[in-house]
Amino acid sequence: MASRSVETEPSTQAEDDYNAMLSTTDVELLKRAWRNEKAAPEILPFQSDLIARVREQIELMEETVEEKSTLGTDPLSVSLYQMDLDRTLFLLRSYLRIRILKIEKYMFHIQKTDELWNRLSKDEKFFTERCSDDLKKHLEESVLSKLPENYQSRERQSIISEEDDMRLDIFKFDLPELKSICNRVPEPRLDTFVLCRSKDYLTGIQLGDGPVDDRSKLFEMEAGVLYFICYKSIKPLVESGKIELL
Amino acid sequence: MAGQSNHELSLFSAEELEFIAEDEIIDIVPNLKMDPLCLVSGDFGPFTPQIVTQVPLWLAIALRRRGKCSIVPPQWMSVEKLTQVLEEERDSQEMSEHLPFHYVEISRLLFDHARDNIPDAYMLISPVKVRSLIEDIRDVRFHKVETDLEGFNGFTIAVKVISSMFLAVQWFVKVWNVAPM
Repeated sequence: MASRSVETEPSTQAEDDYNAMLSTTDVELLKRAWRNEKAAPEILPFQSDLIARVREQIELMEETVEEKSTLGTDPLSVSLYQMDLDRTLFLLRSYLRIRILKIEKYMFHIQKTDELWNRLSKDEKFFTERCSDDLKKHLEESVLSKLPENYQSRERQSIISEEDDMRLDIFKFDLPELKSICNRVPEPRLDTFVLCRSKDYLTGIQLGDGPVDDRSKLFEMEAGVLYFICYKSIKPLVESGKIELL
Repeated sequence: MAGQSNHELSLFSAEELEFIAEDEIIDIVPNLKMDPLCLVSGDFGPFTPQIVTQVPLWLAIALRRRGKCSIVPPQWMSVEKLTQVLEEERDSQEMSEHLPFHYVEISRLLFDHARDNIPDAYMLISPVKVRSLIEDIRDVRFHKVETDLEGFNGFTIAVKVISSMFLAVQWFVKVWNVAPM
């Protein structure tokens, strides 16, 4: 690498290998998880193994930095180690914080949906429970207990509103805004549009809710190209890690 | 209840985009001797005076600020290359592949931190020229995405967006999600 002169065309092979090597670091994986979590409307499975590994590396690095600074190593290199550490810490904190924001927003929905509940880490589950207990208590004490009996549900506008929701379904109206007004439990909107990119060529992605055998609705995705697409149709591919969000 | 769709969560801020771009690898010429750095994000170095080495942009900027290296401007950041890209982009609806994904952020970071490193050869007329070329390319691309999305009826649902229209596309995503259909 050192012998390469500045003028030569970047040797793509070497660079590809180099990038491939970089992409396997846990920091790189954490960055991907962070971007996915940030871009996805719903909460994604907690990356427990990855987070455990990153935490371990951070602790090790903190010890190393500590050691280096007491040993009187070159202050420049100590400060560079510290910067690298700070960047990793930022990623980790930001990842955890986005998840907490989502939990705070959708806690009742997450609690009543097993699939989502199982995506939380132990600490997050504990947080969700405490948070929702506090909010329930607050809502009941401040407002709900003072309302007539029929309107005391935390989850519905009134006892008749569930019927209204069902009637909307019968007419096959897909009006998320209207539903979210009828339903007091906030839910993530899976029909949000997201930016995504696939590493490999993918085919047979189903767009919309049409029948599966409708060929015209199947969509293919080229590798490395950005697409603007409805989250719902690529949800399983995001979960399996085939597609990354941006 | 528009707030429920959570746009503020799903968009990257300019600072976060810059953070992401700071991990791009760039060539530097160190002027100090330093052992390899075994960082959490990877191993870099060793650093030997006058020997080109590759580091992430944030590391390059940190060394540059302390006067410990000069940054080799990427080849695409020359007036010549950018003019060529701009012409290509104006001629076709495709987006040129000669620019890195984060070209806007990378060039901004280099302008802010390593302006005096960008030699005249790269700045035949002036640094202002490079900057305005990058802005022009950005505008052309913005327009392309706009045209692409005009044909978007909300049911076809997927639009091919080549390369680094990050902020612009994000803006569209935001507008689209706020007022679908």
